[in-house]
This record gives sequence, structure tokens and C-alpha cells, in this order.
Amino acid sequence: MAYEPILLARVNKPDSTRLEGYRIDGGYASFERALAELKPEEVTTRVKDSGLRGRGGAGFPTGLKWTFLPKDHPGPIYLCINADESEPCTYNNRILMEKDPHQVLEGIMLACYAIKSRCAYFYIRYEYGTAYRTLQSAIDELYQAGLLGKNILGSGFDLDIFLHRGAGAYICGEETGLIESLEGKRAWPRIKPPFPAIEGAFRKPTIVNNVETMACVTQIMRRGNDWFKSMGVPPDPKNPRDAGSYGPKLYTIAGHVNTPKCVELPMGVTIRELVEKHGGGVWKGLKAKAVNPGGISMGFVDCNLKLKDSDQTEYDIPLDFNGPGRVGCLGLGTAAVTVIDEQTSMVDVLHNVCQFFAHESCGQCTPCREGTGWMLKMTDRLRRGQGRKEDLDILVDVSDRIGIIPGTTICGLSDGAGWPVKTAIRKFRKEFEDAIQSGRKSVVKSLKLLGAH
Amino acid sequence: MATVYVNDKPVDIGNERLNCVQAAEKGGIHIPHYCYHPDLTVVASCRMCLVEMGDLKDGKVAITPKVFPGCQTPVKDGTVIVTGDYAKRDTSLPVLGYPDNYKPGDRAKKAQADTLEGLLINHPLDCPVCDKAGECKLQDYSFQYGRSQSRMIDEKNTPPNKPEISSKITLFTDRCIMCTRCVRFTREVSGQAELSVVSRGHHSEIDVFPGEPLENKLAGNVVDLCPVGALGSKDFLYKQRVWYLKTEDSVCAGCSTGCSISADSNKDVIFRLRPRPNPQAQGYFMCDEGRHGYHYVNAAERLNRPHVRKDGKLAPIAYTDAVKAVSDEFKDAIKKNAASVWLVLSPFLTVEEAFLAAKWLKESSKQVKLALGPVPFVGEDDTYPKDRRGKALQPVRFTIRAEKCPNRRGVEEVLRTLQGDVITFPKVIEAIKKGDAKAVFLAGGYPVKGSFDVFSEVKAENLLLAVSDFFTSPATELAKYVFPAAAFSEKEGTYLNHANLAQTLHKVSHAPQETRQEGQLFQDLAHRRGLFNLAAVRKELAKEVPFFGKLADQVPELGVKLV
Repeated sequence: MAYEPILLARVNKPDSTRLEGYRIDGGYASFERALAELKPEEVTTRVKDSGLRGRGGAGFPTGLKWTFLPKDHPGPIYLCINADESEPCTYNNRILMEKDPHQVLEGIMLACYAIKSRCAYFYIRYEYGTAYRTLQSAIDELYQAGLLGKNILGSGFDLDIFLHRGAGAYICGEETGLIESLEGKRAWPRIKPPFPAIEGAFRKPTIVNNVETMACVTQIMRRGNDWFKSMGVPPDPKNPRDAGSYGPKLYTIAGHVNTPKCVELPMGVTIRELVEKHGGGVWKGLKAKAVNPGGISMGFVDCNLKLKDSDQTEYDIPLDFNGPGRVGCLGLGTAAVTVIDEQTSMVDVLHNVCQFFAHESCGQCTPCREGTGWMLKMTDRLRRGQGRKEDLDILVDVSDRIGIIPGTTICGLSDGAGWPVKTAIRKFRKEFEDAIQSGRKSVVKSLKLLGAH
Repeated sequence: MATVYVNDKPVDIGNERLNCVQAAEKGGIHIPHYCYHPDLTVVASCRMCLVEMGDLKDGKVAITPKVFPGCQTPVKDGTVIVTGDYAKRDTSLPVLGYPDNYKPGDRAKKAQADTLEGLLINHPLDCPVCDKAGECKLQDYSFQYGRSQSRMIDEKNTPPNKPEISSKITLFTDRCIMCTRCVRFTREVSGQAELSVVSRGHHSEIDVFPGEPLENKLAGNVVDLCPVGALGSKDFLYKQRVWYLKTEDSVCAGCSTGCSISADSNKDVIFRLRPRPNPQAQGYFMCDEGRHGYHYVNAAERLNRPHVRKDGKLAPIAYTDAVKAVSDEFKDAIKKNAASVWLVLSPFLTVEEAFLAAKWLKESSKQVKLALGPVPFVGEDDTYPKDRRGKALQPVRFTIRAEKCPNRRGVEEVLRTLQGDVITFPKVIEAIKKGDAKAVFLAGGYPVKGSFDVFSEVKAENLLLAVSDFFTSPATELAKYVFPAAAFSEKEGTYLNHANLAQTLHKVSHAPQETRQEGQLFQDLAHRRGLFNLAAVRKELAKEVPFFGKLADQVPELGVKLV
């Protein structure tokens, strides 16, 4: 039976971005009900019990994060929405914002009610012009309808939502980098502790949540926890720290597939099913060689590598919060699946990846700043056919030692920069060695220069 | 009472809130660091201070399997810190109960070597032409903790140098390791935030905004803060290799803040002054006025031998002859009319010099009058941080005082005891103009020209005027005897700052030619035998001027508060 999308249900419906259209589909009813019937703590408990984990990448339980706010804080408490969706090949938030902004906004209003915040900042990346305009007109509609502003629906609850455009940096997607950027500073991630829930934007308690998480909050409050828990993967009983992967998830399929698109599926679909069934298979009749399970920072899956004691390959791993981790990837990330076909050189892929992270490293911590730059220079040399065998060992060494997991940087950007490098070289070492031995140069088609920002 | 273990060594940190670097420092163990500075906010970005950490519980250590930045991580009772230097620990101490498969120090050591490898990737390694070589933390730590060879064979980034960021400071952009100490200093201490980081990743650079160079009065501190040779003082640039410099503790004579400083000299020439951290005096920094205010010491036009007026002109005279003549003439003057003999003590003299000078004439006659020389004031006290518009902000981190002399308080205390009250300089001029003053000794030593300009309108015949000063002035034009003064760097003694902190001056360089430090001069004038001995004079001073009682004992390095 085909899965009927919930989060994307209203995409491409007439008036999907307008308040009236959303109202017709039952919009803001759960917000109104929450205002009238539920206490903020009850909303938090509902979200906590639903098992909703943050959709931004790290998968931290959302309700639990809300409970980290100091009790009885006199305020202000802020909610920041992270719409700085900059991970390459990821565009699920964009669809939500452009096609169904009110679903996200209702989630924000519910979240603000739950955490007693009277002010939400919607941090949207600069490049999302359409999303920005759509959201702004949606917010304007809400103010006109009296759903935002002072004393909403006579409940005594005040809420303002401010839309803030970023200036084009990947690091602004890191939650403390986002807060710094919001405050008007350079987006250098802060040292933690204190975590944002204690001291965040403007030195006040702050919760940072992803756009898709907010859409999920809306649906959880509308459909209940049983609906949410009816989908996905329950916690691994052997791992007491696993919180399970419940609910629907937006997967984006990109790269060398026939039909790149964003699909909504219950958590835990395998890469193979996603690519072959929903993505229309690999293009030009080719086979998949490698796949990024959740944005390039999660590392690579080798589609031909057999899993231990099984006929299945890494291509068959499920895309839940634990699946990619079992094959050496960093995690589920943004669930943006990028497919690389068998004719593409991994040297080129890796160079592209390194270029991205060297360009986006904020430059604060030494290991990341110098490590990403160095890896770029090395992969660039590999591509020019001047690689040395020891370069591969150095690349693995450098990528292993940067990040918050070994403890050498402030934020996780460099974990994300290191992971694709080490997984690519460990899983495709033969290909790299052959490239070095043959001294083969990559064919580089020079693209026309485009000014992005 | 909390105990922290650093490389197995128990360190008692009491009730203090410390981070790992501070706690280890307390136990005498140095954790290398670049971006951490005790007087700036912690950013934990250089990642040089990485340590391994754990908790001691029931004799067993639970080690966390990652490394921590020591500057950011607070310690509490039972915290175990293992640094990269674990192999160099005091092996006489019992080893803590580490887990079996744990090799203490290995991870931290590797992490530090990795950080250094990273820092050197785009560093030009132009140590032979770098001013910082010899006192460079990148050199020192690379030698101690780094790899012997670089594995990087690619081209380095070569961002252009920026000599235009300030009139006093130049930036060698390629040498920078992005510790951002300078940026934080201009934001937090000087306040005007001239410096910032531009670009991202390995192309990050320190820069100023176009048309807004780094010109605040504390700017020079960024050069000291820079752990590598990226920020260079134009005043010192290419003058000396630092290993030729002799460093001596001293006190800045620029204003009444009395910053503790280190004075660097080579072959009796001072090359630079740097702040010496002293929480009692000024903290960690000093102002540029003080920092660059030593040039008069090396000035060519300085008086460098005694002179006597012959046929209306000043002619050189031997020091011993000058001393004898002045001593005799003042003795005669006191015999004739002691009340018409004046001694003017400048606030640039040390406490001991003022005391010896006062004793010289007061011992001949109680009627001799002692006065305080002109006290230079410029504007008002200048506090930092300031905002972009130049408005001073609270809390104050640094004060440049309007009173541009180091020891008014000290000289006043001597005067209060030996004279009874403080007679100000205008009264001296009045007395000279009226003819009440017949013999005046002006103990000057004013590095700022113009302090004695008032003498240009004084017409006094039959006035016996003796002056000791750095430069010729209207006063020396009238004087019969002129002695060359010794600079703060050429003498030993005590300065008392605005907050009654007594600090010791050490001799940094020798005074030129026939110049004697005033302590010696007044001792010779009073026919006291021998060389000036600071300890002996202090003992005598402490006995006769009770205010200075604490000087009888050894004065600590950071000075002693007298009130």
C-alpha cells in the first residue's frame, strides 16, 4: 500500500500557501484547541511522548530539548527556527516553506506556547527568496487574522514571529552560529556549555528547532502520538540510549537518478527502495556506486559492499537515525540522499566535497580551519594526477582528528567535513590508489562563472 | 577545599573557580595555549591546550574518551587532568588508578602535535626575518610539542601583508594563527573594535575596516598579545633580535598609573617597553604613550655632563668639581640666610632621591624650604573601554591618567614628613620673583619639554640656581650649575603610584657619560661616602619617614601597597 503523505499533503493544492486554504484543511484548529484546553506543559509532554526527534540532522529528541529550559524563568525565552538549510542536496525544508508555510508556522506557534516564548525568530538562508516571501506573506496574514500579536484569541498569549534572512553561510545552520548571526555578529559557533537552552540568543534561554520538526509538531498535535508512533522504527532494545526513529520523514533524492525529488515516507525506508522506487532508479541505466545517506557531511555508503553475514549490501541499510551509523556514516543527517553513479570518479566527488567544507569552515578552530584547507589542497592535487600514496593516509589521519567527536573543535562542521573523506577513502581506497598510480588527471569542464552572493 | 590532579600531582585549588590551564599552572605544570589569555574572554579556538580529563572516585579514574580544551573546561574537586606532558611528570608521585588499557597523555600529546601541524600548514616559516623569532610561541611549542617535519607539500596561502592597518603597527597576515586575541582586545579592553576577522576558513584574515585604522591609545598591546610574529610594532621592527635583549623589571614613568613594565635593552640602549602583568598596578596592559615614551632616554640632545656658567655661557665641568662647587655655594647660602634657600623636588624623582635631596639641605638648616616641582597634567583621566563614538564605558578596564608623572605621591609624602606640608611650584616662582629665594636647587628630570617655561619670564639677579634636567630649558638658561638627570631606566628606586602602590625600579641601562643618578648626586652633595645603595637608603627612609615603613623589608616583585 502506498504511503499517503501527511506533511506534504497540501503541496500543490490550490491556495496551499494561503491562510484560507490552510483553514479549509483544518489549519490552526489544534493551535486554538491547545490555547483553550491545554497547559503549556501538556503540549511539551505530548511532543516529548511522541518520540519526535529533531529533523535538522543530529536527531535530538525535541520534547526533551524543550524541558532543558530553566523552570519558571521570568523570560524572555526565544524560539529560533533553523531554516538555514545549506547542506548540499537538501531541500525538504524549502518545500515545506514554499508550499505549505502555515503548517510550519502553526508548529512554531504551538512550540512557543509550550515553551512559553513570546518571540520566535525564523532564520532563513538568504538564497531562499521565494520561501522568504511566502513566509512573510503568511506571517502577515496571521497578524491580520489575529493569530499573532498581542493577546491571541483572547487567551492572554502574546507571540511575535520575526523572519530573519541570513547572509549565505553554511555555518549559520549550526545552532549557536545561527544565534550569533541572528545577534548581528559573525556566525562563529559558541563554546558549549552553556547550551542555548540556558543561555542562547541575546543571552536568554533559547530553543533552536528545524523547520520540518515544526511541521511534525503541528501534525502530532493534530493527529496524536499514536498516529506518529505508528510509523518508523522502535528503539533498539539492546541500546538503552536509542530513542527510536518514529514518524514520517521527508527524504530528498538527488544526484544521478532519473527523477530527483522530495518524498515523504515513514522512517526506516532503505536506500535501495528510495532510489529505485521513488527516485526512478539511477540514470542512463547505470548502477549506483556510492550514496550519501543524508547530505554530504554524513559520509558515503558503498553500494557494492556486502554487509557482514548477509547477502545485502550497504545499499540496503534503512534510513532511520541509526541505520547509516551502522555502516560507518555519521548519521541520518538531513536525509538528503545523493546518488553517485558508477562512472563518476570518487576523486572528483571527494574534491567537490572538500571544496565545500574548506569554503564553509568558519575559521575559528585550528583543526577545522587548517584541516579542511589542507584536505582540499590534497584532493586537488590528486585530481591533477600528482597524488602520492601517503596522501591517502594523511587524508584519513586529518579527517579522523577533526571534529567534536575527538574533541578538537567547537562545533560539528568538521565532523561533517571529515566523515566523507574518511569513508570515501576507506571504502574506495582501491579506486584512489589506481588513480594515483596511473597519474590520471580529471577532466575538468570549466563552468561559466556565476555570482551567487 | 578542592583538590585537582594534574599529571598525578594533587593541586589544592581551595575555593577558586579555575579552568584546567589555571589549575595546572597552580601546580607548576604549563599547558601550552595561544588563544587563551587570562584577561580576555575564552574562545577555546586554537586547540593547543587540549588535555585529557577524568574524575577520581574511590581511587579509580573514569576517563572521558575525548580531549578537552583546558582553557574552557572548569575543574572541580576530584577532576583528573592529564596533559600531553604526562611523560615528563614527577615520577616520585603515586600513579592514580587509571583504567588498564589507558595510556595517559597519548591522546593529548597527539592532539597538540596535530594542532601544531595545522598551524604550520599556512605559516610561512620565515623565522629568520621575523621579529618574533626567539620569543615566538609557535616556535617554542613546535619545538616542544610539534612534529619535526611537515607533511604538507602543497602551496601555502600567501595573503598580502597589511602595513597600513595602523601607523604604529604592521600586520604580517601570513604569519597569523587566528587566535583572535587582538580582535578580542580591541573589543573588550580598548573597546573601539577596530580589528575583526574577514573571510572564512583557511582564508580568514585579521583586518580593519576601510579607512578606520587601529589608532587607539592602547593599540600597542595587540603586539604583545600576538603569540606569533603577525602583529609587529613599527617602533621595534627590525631593530633587534630579541635574544640580544636584556630584560629588566621596571615601572613606566609616563603617568601616575605606574604600569609595571619590562624594559628591553641592548648595550645600554632601550629598544622597547612591554607591560608586565601586575593586578595591583594596571593589569596586563599598558598604553602606547608609555610604551613609546622611552625615546627621550636615547635622545641625542640630552644633557650628558655637568655644566657651569662662565662668562654668561654654560661650560662643561667635571662632575666632582661641580659637586664640590654646588655643595660649597649652598652651604654659604644657608649660612647667609637659610630661609632663602629652596629645594624643588620634581615628581619624576624616586622616593629615595627625594629623601636624600631633602636630607642634604634640611640637615644643614631646618629653615631651608622644600617644594614640589611642577606636576604635569594633560586633559583628564582617560578610561577604557570606549565605544565607537569614543564614549567611555563601564566597567573600566584600563586608565591612562592625566597626571603625567610617576611619583607625585611619593615625593609629597617625603615633603610632608620633612617639610611639614607640600609647597607647590607657583610659590617657588613667586619667591624667586620677589627676591625671597636666593639659592634654588631644581631637581628636575622632566622628560617633557616645557615644564620650566615659566622661567623665561623670571628675571632674577644674584639668584644661585642649580638645575638637574634632561634638556636645556629656560631654567638652565638662568642656572649657574646644570646637572644631567638620569632617566627612570638608569636608576634604582621606588615610585609610588596614584593608589599608593610602591614599586621598585631596576637599572636597565647605564646613564650616558658623566650622568649620575640623582641618588648618587644628592649623596655626594651631602658628603655621604660611598655609592648609592638602595637597600641602605630604604632602611634609613623607613626609619625617618614612617609612611614608607614597609620599604625596610624586601619589596615584592609586584610592589607593596603602603596604605
